Parts: sequence; C-alpha cells; structure tokens
Amino acid sequence: MSTAEFILFWLFAALTCGGAIAVCVSQNVVRMAFSLVLTLGSTAVLFLLLGADFVGATQLLVYVGGTLVLIVFGVMLTATGPFTRIKSSAADGILSGLIGVVFLFIVASTVTSVDWDGGEGVAHKIAFGTHGKAVESGFNPTQQGNTTRQLGLSFLSLRPDRDLNLGAQPASSKVPNTAPVVPGAPATGMPGVTSPSEPKLSTGYLLPFEIVSVHLLVVLVGAAYLARTKRRTKS
Amino acid sequence: MQAIGPNPFLFIGAVLFVCGVVCMTTKRNGIGVLMGVELVLNGANLNFITFSRFTPLGLDGQVFSLFVIVLAAAEAAVALAIALNFYNNHLTIDVDRGDDLHG
Amino acid sequence: MDTLLAANSLAEYLQTNGVPFFGPLDESTAMIFAAVVHVALVGAWFGLPAGLFIWAERKISGRIQDRLGPTRCGGKFGWLQSLADGIKLIQKEDLVPKDADGLMFRLAPYIVVVASFVGYIALPFSDGWAAMTLDVGLFLTLAVLSLEVLGVILAGYSSGSKWALFGAMREGAQMVSYEIPMAICALCPIVTAGTLNLNEVALLQSGGAWNWNILHPFNFFAFFVYFTCATASCKRAPFDLAEAESELVAGFLTEYSGFRWSLFFLAEYASMFLVSGLAVVLFLGGWDDGFGIITAIKTAFPDGLGNFIANVIGLKVFLVKSSILVCVQIWVRWTLPRLRIDQVMTTCLKYLIPISCFLFAGTVAYPLVLAKMFGQTSIIGAPAGERLVQPREVPGSTSLESNGINPAGVQVSTASAERSQP
Repeated sequence: MSTAEFILFWLFAALTCGGAIAVCVSQNVVRMAFSLVLTLGSTAVLFLLLGADFVGATQLLVYVGGTLVLIVFGVMLTATGPFTRIKSSAADGILSGLIGVVFLFIVASTVTSVDWDGGEGVAHKIAFGTHGKAVESGFNPTQQGNTTRQLGLSFLSLRPDRDLNLGAQPASSKVPNTAPVVPGAPATGMPGVTSPSEPKLSTGYLLPFEIVSVHLLVVLVGAAYLARTKRRTKS
Repeated sequence: MQAIGPNPFLFIGAVLFVCGVVCMTTKRNGIGVLMGVELVLNGANLNFITFSRFTPLGLDGQVFSLFVIVLAAAEAAVALAIALNFYNNHLTIDVDRGDDLHG
Repeated sequence: MDTLLAANSLAEYLQTNGVPFFGPLDESTAMIFAAVVHVALVGAWFGLPAGLFIWAERKISGRIQDRLGPTRCGGKFGWLQSLADGIKLIQKEDLVPKDADGLMFRLAPYIVVVASFVGYIALPFSDGWAAMTLDVGLFLTLAVLSLEVLGVILAGYSSGSKWALFGAMREGAQMVSYEIPMAICALCPIVTAGTLNLNEVALLQSGGAWNWNILHPFNFFAFFVYFTCATASCKRAPFDLAEAESELVAGFLTEYSGFRWSLFFLAEYASMFLVSGLAVVLFLGGWDDGFGIITAIKTAFPDGLGNFIANVIGLKVFLVKSSILVCVQIWVRWTLPRLRIDQVMTTCLKYLIPISCFLFAGTVAYPLVLAKMFGQTSIIGAPAGERLVQPREVPGSTSLESNGINPAGVQVSTASAERSQP
C-alpha cells in the first residue's frame, strides 16, 4: 500500500461521493447525466484498486460507454426545452435530504460497526498481500488484478478455485475459516469445497450466463419493439 | 501508511445507495429516476467487489457484480424504451403525469 | 496492489541509487517522481503524433490534389506548420455561445481528450514498454475508447445549436454502432493468442512475419473489418458525417473555436494513432520486424544493453508500422467520397456486424477443425503455444501457457496444496 494508492483511493472516493450527491442535488438532467458519468467512472477506478480489473473494465465499457450513452440519448429525445429541468419543490428537497442523511447514518453505522476483520486483521492480510503465496493464473501479480481467466472459466462452468483443487484435503477436516484468501483462491473450509473423491455438481456459472445471454436478446427485441416509431392516432 | 480496510469502501457503497434512493424518490423526471436506480445498483456492486476482496467470498462477488452490470444495462434499455413511449403519449416525462389509471 | 504502474522499475532505481545531490529517495517520493516521468513520456506521445500527422495530412492531401501543401513555415517542407497553427489557435478568443450550457460546453473537449489519452496506457510500444501491462489490456482500451462518444454528445448538446445537436446525434449513433464490429474483430486475434494482455499478444507473434496474426485466414479478413470500423470510430472520412460541411456546417464542432476546437483535433489524431497501434499489435506483429532479427538479438542478449537496443529497434518498427496505417487513413480520406448517413449505418448494422460475427465464429472453430483434420492447429507459422522464444520470469507472474485452462487449474491446485499443509 503505497502513498500513491492512498491518494488515488481518497481522490476517487471523493469523486464518487461528490458525483452521487450532485446527481441528487442537480435539477438539470444533462448535468445529472454528467455527474453520473463521473460517479460510475470513479467507481470503475475503485474496482481496479480493489483488484477486480475485469469488472472495472466492464463497468467502463458497459455502464459508462453503453448505458450512460443510452441515457443521454434518452435525455435528448425527451427534452422539451433546450436544457430541460423539471423541478421538485424546495420543501421536498429539504425533507428528502434530511431523511437521506438519517438513512445514510443508519446504513453507514451498521456497516462500519461490523468487524469484518474477524478480530485478527485477516482482511488486511487478505487484501494487501502480507500472506505468503497468491494464486497465479494470469500474467500480472494478483494484487494488480488478474481475474480475467478465472472469471472466464467460471462462466464456462469450471471453477479453478473450487472444482480443481486436486491436492486439497478432504472437506471433512475442520479448517477454521481464517486462512487468507485472495479473489479466486481456493476457499478452504468453505461449504462447496469438494475433494476430487466426492463427485459434485460444478459450482460454475454456465447456466446463469446462458440465461443472461437470452435475457439480453429478449431485452433487445423488446426495447426495439417498445421504442419503435408508431403512427400517431388522430385524437 | 496505514492500509485501507473494507470500511471506507463500504461507506462509499452506502453513500451511493442512499443517494440513489433519494434520487429515485425525489426526481420527477423519469430519466432521473432511472439514474437513481443505476446509483443503487452501483452501490451494491461496490459492496460485492469489496467483499470479494476482503472476505472468502472470492470470485463469486465479482461474478455477481458482472451479472448486475449486464442486467442493469438491460434494465436501462427497457426503461428508456418505456420513457420514450411515455413521452410519445404525454409529451413530457414528468412521472407525476402518469396518472391515467388513477380512476 | 504493490505494482500499480510499470513506473515501479524507475521508482526502484531511484530508491536504491538515488539522484545526484539528494541521495536515495524514500518510497513515495520515488514513486511520484517516476509516475510524473511516465506521464510526461506518454503525454509527449499524445501531443507529438497529432502535430506530426496534421502536417502529414496537409502534405499528403496537397499532393493527392496536385498541390504543394504547406511550404512556408519552417523550411522547405513546411514542417512547422502544425506548431504555427497551434500558436494561432491558442491566441484565439475562447468563445462560449450565449445559449450554451457553459460548464458542459467547456468540459466536453476534456472528456474526449482524456478518453483517447487514457487509451494509451495499455498499448505496448515495445516488449514490456507499456505504461501498464494489464491482463485486461485490450478490454480496457476498448472500454476507454468508448467513452469518447460521451464527450462528443455532450459537446453537441451543450452547444445549444441545432447543427451541433444533429451532428452529435449522428456521430454518437455512428460511434456506438461501429464499436460493436470493431470489438468483435479485435477479439479474433485475442482468441488466437489466448490472452487479453496486449504485450503477450504481440510477443506471441514475434519471431518472423510468418507468425503474424494477419496470416491466419480469418484474422486476415478481421483486420480489414477492424480497420474500417476503426476509421469510422475515429470520425474519419469516408465516415465523417458529423463534419459534413454541406449539410451540417461542422457537426458538433460548429460552436467551438480556438483552443477547445484544437483539443478535439488533438484527440482525433491521437486516437487515429491509437487504433492503428492496436491494429499493429493485434494483427501485424507488434514490434516484430518480420525477419526475426529482433528476436535473434533478444535471444543472444537476454538482458542488459543488447536487450535494450532490441527494444529500441522494436519501438521504431512499431512506430513505422503504425504511422503507415495512419497514412492509409489519411490517403483514404482524401480519395474516397463521403457516405450518406443511412449508408454509414447500413454498412455497419447490415454488413459489418454479421461479417464480424462470422469471422469470430470462424476464428474459434479454425484451430479445432485443423486439429481434427491435420493434427496441428496452424498451417503457416508455429502454433501459438510453441512460439514463445523466452518465457520471461516476471516476478509475481507465471510463464506463458497458451492453452490457459490446464495451467490455471494445476497452479491453483498446487497453491491450495501448499495452503492446506499448515
């Protein structure tokens, strides 16, 4: 964990939160869309900082480059004035802001009151590589994110971390769940970890992946059908 | 320099989630509501990735966030189609005007 | 994430050897210093080709139209013309139209510039000479390139002008559509190589022209489809509908002037070079010279000065190849007539997407069919898995295996075996 990363984290954390708040506060739809670009792009950088390189790139490609362009198109097609604004009343804004702050306080205090480290600083060990050996299946060090192959394999219903732990101990042995784990590493002591002698259904994601593909096709057809130009009825 | 634990990430996730909820409830512009949904989904995604890094959730968290991203794209496409249709019929996308079934 | 940047090597050097008069630096200072140096290098490369290719475009277009092109500025060939233009543009008044959304109007050029600038971080100029050798290199580059369209749309919308809005809508539709066949065709060599890491893709093609991906029958056609789509996504003629002067004034650029206008042009030329560089890395062997010379030097001198010289030669080869592709784009622009907007969209949606899908399926099936029929996975050149000259020992990464499935499983299993023996 170097200073550079520390600075990067806080910079993009501030950009993410600032963008999100700007989306809420702004009344101009185009500015909201731009703030959303800022938020989602910064979130992608946070994903990269968390070692999820593939997800970060997907976030940029699908969310920022695809979904948001779609939304901006939608804004342009539905704008009645040049820079349209449909205002909410000020009282609504203040009330919802108050409720939002209270809600944020509840959520944040709940989240931060849980000791995710398990009392032993495991989380820090997991994330920042003080443990001995990382799983290496990409060309990059794990800390830099090399999840592409593992994700691809899991979509093909093959889990290198679950299905192929050929040399693992039998699952019956009681391993306490405190071993440092990196993304994609075999989770010892987790339910679902099998030994090769115990035949079991794969833990991969082939079926969901196919379902999502078909779902996308259906959505494509449905959206095209809904948004097609209709002859306007005389009324 | 002290390492960053899961809590700051989770806090950012909470901020995204709350902003999304507030955005969904207060915006009268249909597309603004849609942006709120995107914010909420992003907060959830950030939590998934955080837990995939800091807990034994491992790869599953990243897979889930990928599915969330793809489904959010699909949802946005359909929602925009609906918004365009609404605009064709009402000449506005003010969601308060969508009270045709109000009886 | 201990190794955020390739700048780490420089940072390590600064930490151990130090700088004159200051002695060894501490970790964070060295890191920041190294990052600044790298940013300056990449930034210089962002500005340099723009100036160079704008001059080249003027000269080439002049010659194509039987003119001389610029001759006055900077000696016989007018090679300082771009600099003079730049100075002129900076001097101009920074106009913002009255009806424009000021903030968005000012921000839009920067989005475009940042998008095409960030695209350079994963592009390897020579073996390992990339700002970041990412495992998701190509994917990230395509993702970042797709952000450019946001800047274009914002520019058009915030101008508060009908011409700009129409231009931006056309441009947005065109760029979003052409991204799809471009990405699919860029995936064809990825399937052949078995990795998204651009450095590894180029490394797999080294050793001679017979190893280049373009000699793969499906990749051969994918290259031309990719290059067409890349031209379109750079808004270059014959796809420069946004700038169709006769119908749309200057598209989304109508209201821009001075420095902001020149930023759009910097970004355009930078992304022209970027997509050409991607084409070179993916299809044309990257920094490989085609005769195996660089590979021979590298085999003879695995590290030290010889390796460095080989890398420098590779860098030059890469730059020459990419510049040739950029010149092809310029040549196409000044010789082909512009398409109509419906023809542009038809070309993409009705022809290029089905073709690219077919090519992708073909690339996937090709080695399987060959292996079934002839027992080997390629006709020309060695199969990708046997090409590696020197499996490099990068700390923290493994040697390259082209058929990714087995190594992953085996490595994971060994790791888990080590883990489970406390």
